[in-house]
Amino acid sequence: MKIDTFKPMTVYTIYIASTPEKVWEALTSAEFSRKYFFGNSVEVELKVGGAYVVRTPDGALHISGEVIECDPPKKLTFTFNVNWPALIEKLGPTLVTYEIESAGEAVRLTMTESHDRPLSDDILSGGRQGWPAILSSLKSVLETGKPLVVKMAPPQRMLAALRELGIATP
Amino acid sequence: MPRPEFVYVTYIETTPEKLWQALTSSEFSRRYWFNTELQSDFKVGSPFALVMNGTTTDVGEILEADPPRRLSYTFHHVLNETARKEPPTKVVFTLEKHGNLVKLTLTHENFAAGSELLDGISRGWPAILASLKSLMETGTALTIPIAALGIEGME
Repeated sequence: MKIDTFKPMTVYTIYIASTPEKVWEALTSAEFSRKYFFGNSVEVELKVGGAYVVRTPDGALHISGEVIECDPPKKLTFTFNVNWPALIEKLGPTLVTYEIESAGEAVRLTMTESHDRPLSDDILSGGRQGWPAILSSLKSVLETGKPLVVKMAPPQRMLAALRELGIATP
Repeated sequence: MPRPEFVYVTYIETTPEKLWQALTSSEFSRRYWFNTELQSDFKVGSPFALVMNGTTTDVGEILEADPPRRLSYTFHHVLNETARKEPPTKVVFTLEKHGNLVKLTLTHENFAAGSELLDGISRGWPAILASLKSLMETGTALTIPIAALGIEGME
């Protein structure tokens, strides 16, 4: 897949008292991800072309994608497509990149969500609501051993915008 | 076209009262804010200054102080030669109870188009607020050398 047509639309940076290796593991391990990703599990085949999926706590496929770049423990790029009918046809694919860098005794993790076409702030609000909660919780798990339970209502603003476009939402 | 702004949200396991104290007390800020002192009495209309290792970096005025919910101040950078010529910006913190956590939202707004300050603060705030979160949750702030942020003139 060509990724040079994608533009960053949401960027979230967080610093974590950890090592790049541990942050990489937290981002790519199913067991670890359940602790901070609203109970969802990330299953990723760590090679270019490998599958990237997120399953809900009951095992249903929620997000599916493909690994585009894989450079452990520094960079992981993958497509990240929510499995709602007509979503990808109307909005195009979503691309997510994690970059992991050392910053003194801490690690800087930068998440970039990119798209290949302009999208409204309403559509983007779902990710902008979710990523800070997910990555704040990931930081807490790595630093304290304890996940942060961030209770979050469904992203109503995004869901309304999707329905407006004729995309069926749960 | 809306004016450029920077928004950052994080969730912290603490209380709004403790977080308010950390956002308004030099005893805390020295630990999580690159050894920066917060000079203000945090009353509406009072002056505000950030003093890093004895050097004033930013000045402003308290606009709103509603403990432990909302704090805002004007923010004018005075160190960097280019950024100091930019008009004053505005910083707003909102603290909301979120279950047993606090949702902290920082909005830094009113930047001029092409602002150099916007680039600097976009690199600075995530490090400061992540360090604040670590301090509140673990008792230890992060050790990040300011040079690691890649801000021009802040090596």
